[in-house]
Amino acid sequence: MVLPLRIAARFLLSGKAQTLLIVLGISIAVSVQVFVGLLIDSLQEGLIEQTVGNSPQVTIRSSVENVTISRWEPIVSSVDSYNATRYVGVAATSNAFISKSNGSVPVVVRGLDGVAMDSIYGLSRSIYAGDTIASAGEVLIGRILSDNLDVTVGDRLPVTTPAGTRVDYRVAGIFDLGVGAIDGSWVVTNLRTAQSLFGFGDRVTSIEITVDDVFAADALAADVSALLDTDRLEVTNWKEENAQLLNALESQSLSNNIIQAVIILSVAVAIASLLSITVLQKRRQLGILKAMGIKDGSASLIFVYQGLLLGVAASAVGISLGLGLLYAFTQFATPGGESIIDFAVEPAFILRTLIIVISASGIAGLIPASRSLRLNPIDVIREG
Amino acid sequence: MGQVIELRHVDKVYKGPPDVQVLFSVDLAFEEGSFNSIVGESGSGKSTLMNIIGTLDTPTDGEVFIAGQRTRRLGRNRLAELRNRTIGFVFQFHYLLPEFSAIDNVLMPYVIGGKRPSSDVREWADELFDIMGVSAVKRKPASRMSGGQQQRVAIIRSLINKPSIVLADEPTGNLDSVNSAATYERFRDINQRYGTTFVIVTHDRRIAEQTDRIVEIRDGRLVLDINR
Ligand SMILES: Nc1ncnc2c1ncn2[C@@H]1O[C@H](COP(=O)(O)OP(=O)(O)OP(=O)(O)O)[C@@H](O)[C@H]1O
Ligand SMILES: [Mg+2]
Repeated sequence: MVLPLRIAARFLLSGKAQTLLIVLGISIAVSVQVFVGLLIDSLQEGLIEQTVGNSPQVTIRSSVENVTISRWEPIVSSVDSYNATRYVGVAATSNAFISKSNGSVPVVVRGLDGVAMDSIYGLSRSIYAGDTIASAGEVLIGRILSDNLDVTVGDRLPVTTPAGTRVDYRVAGIFDLGVGAIDGSWVVTNLRTAQSLFGFGDRVTSIEITVDDVFAADALAADVSALLDTDRLEVTNWKEENAQLLNALESQSLSNNIIQAVIILSVAVAIASLLSITVLQKRRQLGILKAMGIKDGSASLIFVYQGLLLGVAASAVGISLGLGLLYAFTQFATPGGESIIDFAVEPAFILRTLIIVISASGIAGLIPASRSLRLNPIDVIREG
Repeated sequence: MGQVIELRHVDKVYKGPPDVQVLFSVDLAFEEGSFNSIVGESGSGKSTLMNIIGTLDTPTDGEVFIAGQRTRRLGRNRLAELRNRTIGFVFQFHYLLPEFSAIDNVLMPYVIGGKRPSSDVREWADELFDIMGVSAVKRKPASRMSGGQQQRVAIIRSLINKPSIVLADEPTGNLDSVNSAATYERFRDINQRYGTTFVIVTHDRRIAEQTDRIVEIRDGRLVLDINR
């Protein structure tokens, strides 16, 4: 139906000021929607990344304290076979302390296998001084611990176990994961080193798992649980450990969705009310068109098209404006010299916004369209 | 020749309160290819009659046949189609769509018919613009034309589909006598060339006298019907 579209465009263009104003109004609403939506999304992503990014999202431990896991290899290979699983690593972990002249500092010695070391915790990437572990006598320590102990690369680190064994290690490198609890207490060794330090033999203390979709961690945990002897082993996942955070994120998402819905609704109402006025303004024209034989359906299509055209124009302008706002925000909202969020545009979000705004506009056009449907040309023709 | 328009016992009552009866049992038929005028005082019911003939209005009682079709039973879309194909209108008060140029207004009935304007129809439009002396305003928006120019463009529009019937309600109300006389000559040409049936409302007796048939209406009743 080309004619109703042409008439719609002409009607909109003939009232330029009115059209411009409504497009501007809707654009601003859409830009706020895009800006707030993308901002909250990336803030949440950042927060989740910080919480679970460089750590396992599912962990298998002994359900009894200080008991190690002996036949862990079959568990690792069966967990590895799940689609949801990304990496599976193992760790031998125990508390220890570092003796100093004026007392001792508690630390956590973590013997990690290669997968846990690099793929799960990303330690090699986070070393900012020194190098990775090359031999059994070497360890990595965190930035805060190195500051506290005043120990640096190449120094000797005297580690004493609760059982009283003392071994001196060489500090091979210092890492910074940006998580205070880890950077301040971890002494990382390779798996064998920790196992022999604590007399674990071949056994480990935990099996640590990352997943492709962090929000599916609980589902994987449940699957793994079903596989294991739960009297002896327990499976935890990050979601149950961070229930409060998730709650907060969820209510943030909810309020975000409410904002989005309210904006879309106001866009639809604005378009519907403008076009309802247009039906009155264009009464004469409609009457003439109908007298000349335009069908009722085609005549009402004019208003649906007007809604769609407004929606297309406003969402194009609004989305550009919103992205501009977001870009400005990443450039200028930089406390401490670093941007709060990255400028990341999610195409799916943009596409969704586009589709929602345009279809809301079209639907808004249905209200004036139905009013125009009833208009009888004789009522217009009779008027002097 | 057949009757291209036929009204049988047409009554029209405008629902009140108070109800006003405007047409009283009008029996009237126009022959295909005839050139007719309707005269009568202001308020006598001429426009009401024209709107009923044009299927825009429905009679309170009686029957209307257009091009052999009984219009009472036709739905709104069928009536719209019938109007688009067979009737050209020149309305008493309403002329053009102000958002469109003269030529776009003229082509509107053609485009409403669902076709893209062919070069034939464009040539026909050009010829009519020429005949009516408004070629200069062809591309001008209707909102920026004088009343007389608008009226002439409206006349061109009524002819664009080469309809079998042209209903013109005071088509030269805004024209000076020279242009007015010229317009009737053009109508007459088209009537002879294409066999178009014309029904023209006018209050100007001299114009009416140049038509083949004068129908006079007074207070909603036919009081005079002169064939010449
Ligand atoms: N909608 C209406 N409701 C009630 N009465 C109406 C309505 N429209 C017209 N009338 C009355 O019907 C009568 C005929 O009106 P009509 O417009 O047909 O007259 P006309 O012959 O065309 O007059 P003119 O030469 O002034 O155009 C008039 O008395 C008018 O007041
Ligand atoms: Mg009249």
